[in-house]
Amino acid sequence: MSRLAATFAQTQAENRTALITFATVGFPSPADTVHVVRALLAGGSDVVELGIPFSDPLADGATIQHASQSALDQGTTLAMAFDVVRELRAENVTTPLVFMGYYNPFLHYGLERVVAEAAEIGLDGFIVPDLPPEEGQEFARLAKAHDLDLIPLLAPTSTDSRIQANVQAGSGFIYCVSLTGVTGARDQLSATLPDFLGRVRKHTDLPLAVGFGVSRPEHVATIAQMAEGVVSASALINILEDTPAAQRYDALTDLVRAMRAATVRQATAET
Amino acid sequence: MATTPQLTVRGQFGDYGGRYVPETVIPALEELEEAYAGLADDAQFQNELDVLLDRYVGRPTPIYHAARLSAEIGGAQMYLKREDLAHTGAHKINNALGQALLAKRIGRTRIIAETGAGQHGVATAAACAMLGLECIVYMGEVDVHRQTLNVFRMKLLGATVIPVMSGSRTLKDAINETIRDWVTNVETTHYIIGSVVGPHPYPTIVRDLQSVIGSEAREQCLKQFGRLPDVVVACVGGGSNAIGIFHPFVDDTEVRLVGVEAAGHGIESGEHAATLVAGTPGTLHGAKSYLLQDDEGQIYEPHSISAGLDYPGVGPEHSYLKDIGRASYVGVTDQQALEGFQHLCRAEGIIPALEPAHAMYHAAQLASELPADHIVLVNLSGRGDKDMTIVAEGLGVEL
Repeated sequence: MSRLAATFAQTQAENRTALITFATVGFPSPADTVHVVRALLAGGSDVVELGIPFSDPLADGATIQHASQSALDQGTTLAMAFDVVRELRAENVTTPLVFMGYYNPFLHYGLERVVAEAAEIGLDGFIVPDLPPEEGQEFARLAKAHDLDLIPLLAPTSTDSRIQANVQAGSGFIYCVSLTGVTGARDQLSATLPDFLGRVRKHTDLPLAVGFGVSRPEHVATIAQMAEGVVSASALINILEDTPAAQRYDALTDLVRAMRAATVRQATAET
Repeated sequence: MATTPQLTVRGQFGDYGGRYVPETVIPALEELEEAYAGLADDAQFQNELDVLLDRYVGRPTPIYHAARLSAEIGGAQMYLKREDLAHTGAHKINNALGQALLAKRIGRTRIIAETGAGQHGVATAAACAMLGLECIVYMGEVDVHRQTLNVFRMKLLGATVIPVMSGSRTLKDAINETIRDWVTNVETTHYIIGSVVGPHPYPTIVRDLQSVIGSEAREQCLKQFGRLPDVVVACVGGGSNAIGIFHPFVDDTEVRLVGVEAAGHGIESGEHAATLVAGTPGTLHGAKSYLLQDDEGQIYEPHSISAGLDYPGVGPEHSYLKDIGRASYVGVTDQQALEGFQHLCRAEGIIPALEPAHAMYHAAQLASELPADHIVLVNLSGRGDKDMTIVAEGLGVEL
């Protein structure tokens, strides 16, 4: 069983949704990244996404755009992202770690080389927001050959036939984009989320994780009733942006801990 | 038993093209593809477009024998396809008008577009004004300051111009921001992309709409000379005017097709926009094509004196034509473009845009090496009014 599958099995057994958190590699600085991930883990993250910065992040809102640009300005590379994973695994961190990044840096590094190195150092999978399954067949084949998950994204605009085909092409979990839009913290969750998740669930037994716009523990609590996983990213980057350096890791851990506490499903929704 | 729907890779030009975009907009691209396919047999739509091209845009544009210029160069005869005479001053209107009509047909009333120099923005704003559509144009903040006159034109035409503050605040960032708007408002909005770039079916739709240039030119050559030209030359940024004039000649293998990219301060300087000459394949803005990228696969800022060529990608069909050897691509520097610009002004009384000034320079080089009975056809894709301050600066003249 893959580390991701084991994690979802465990969180389901604990009757809670899995908390998936995010760090942009190289932000606030390349040297900070490992500390940021440790802070995410200290708060109780079940899975951590490592965002690979790209010059043209067209699915991202202002927060992650800025973090990516800042990381690139400081010379962040894909090799540094691999080093972060190496360092964490050397510390015996067993939490699933996945790369979330745009396709071109992976393509340029060489797909074969990316998956081979990822498998060797203990990365668990990839989320590539600009690589729909019809374009990702080669990446999916290579990932599968190395027992890595290529996690597909679905959106509220996805048609039933696309949902059906996308879930068959993916593994690990299904990343359900909660809204029609780009990443970024928002006040409220989309009202159409239950319908959308219902449409996806008809076609797959894989865990569903909901992301985009999830910024508060209340959002996590709401999603816990509907999905096996919940992703928060921009809200965490905002904490790093807004908190003085001396307190930023503690502040990050505090928010993650509050979100983690909200992952437990309420009894009323059990029926 | 129900079969799993197959997702096929479509819109490919060899290994190039495709749909490297977020899932959110893919259903809209599928819908667009289907609607567009339906229009091929839609006589009413084709008729509406043809009438507007005739009466609103002023088509067909002529091909003009640049006799004095040809004589001065002392080689082949140079003919200019006069897209500078089209409404709004460039070939961009052919695409903007066709797509605005298409948007109306599929029930979208909100139009978004990106623009670099502002020519596509102005063309889109004009088409939207005429068809009664809401128009929002994203423009890099740097370009907003460089092209104040075109910003004012767009506003006069009723468009909302939104300065883009992200990234390098130029064309590529304007495209990112337009795609972000589309991801957010896809259910009500049509994105009129300005060149033969972006995810499938855009490179095909824009190619088809711009092919009116080459179709007319081919027919005009046959009528006037009784034969096809020997060489067709066009400038390439994203590549829409070039694909537009090349496409109807692609099967005429005796006709040489030459694309001219912006070599800026020279290829060796690293400050250029010569994507096909000096780039490598990758994915940007929804398609696989040649790109200007660093060792990490990050896209870097191009440079050209011409804002319309200042783009780090290129249409996927050009990448394909390059790889199969059907078209060749060369670079012309800022200084050479200024030379071509002045030569055309003085010899023919035509002020070209800086973009086709690149094509003019290289066409003159080619013509000088060919016999006098050969024909070099150049796509004069736009007029130069918009570039006066940049040209003055380039020539060291204070206005």
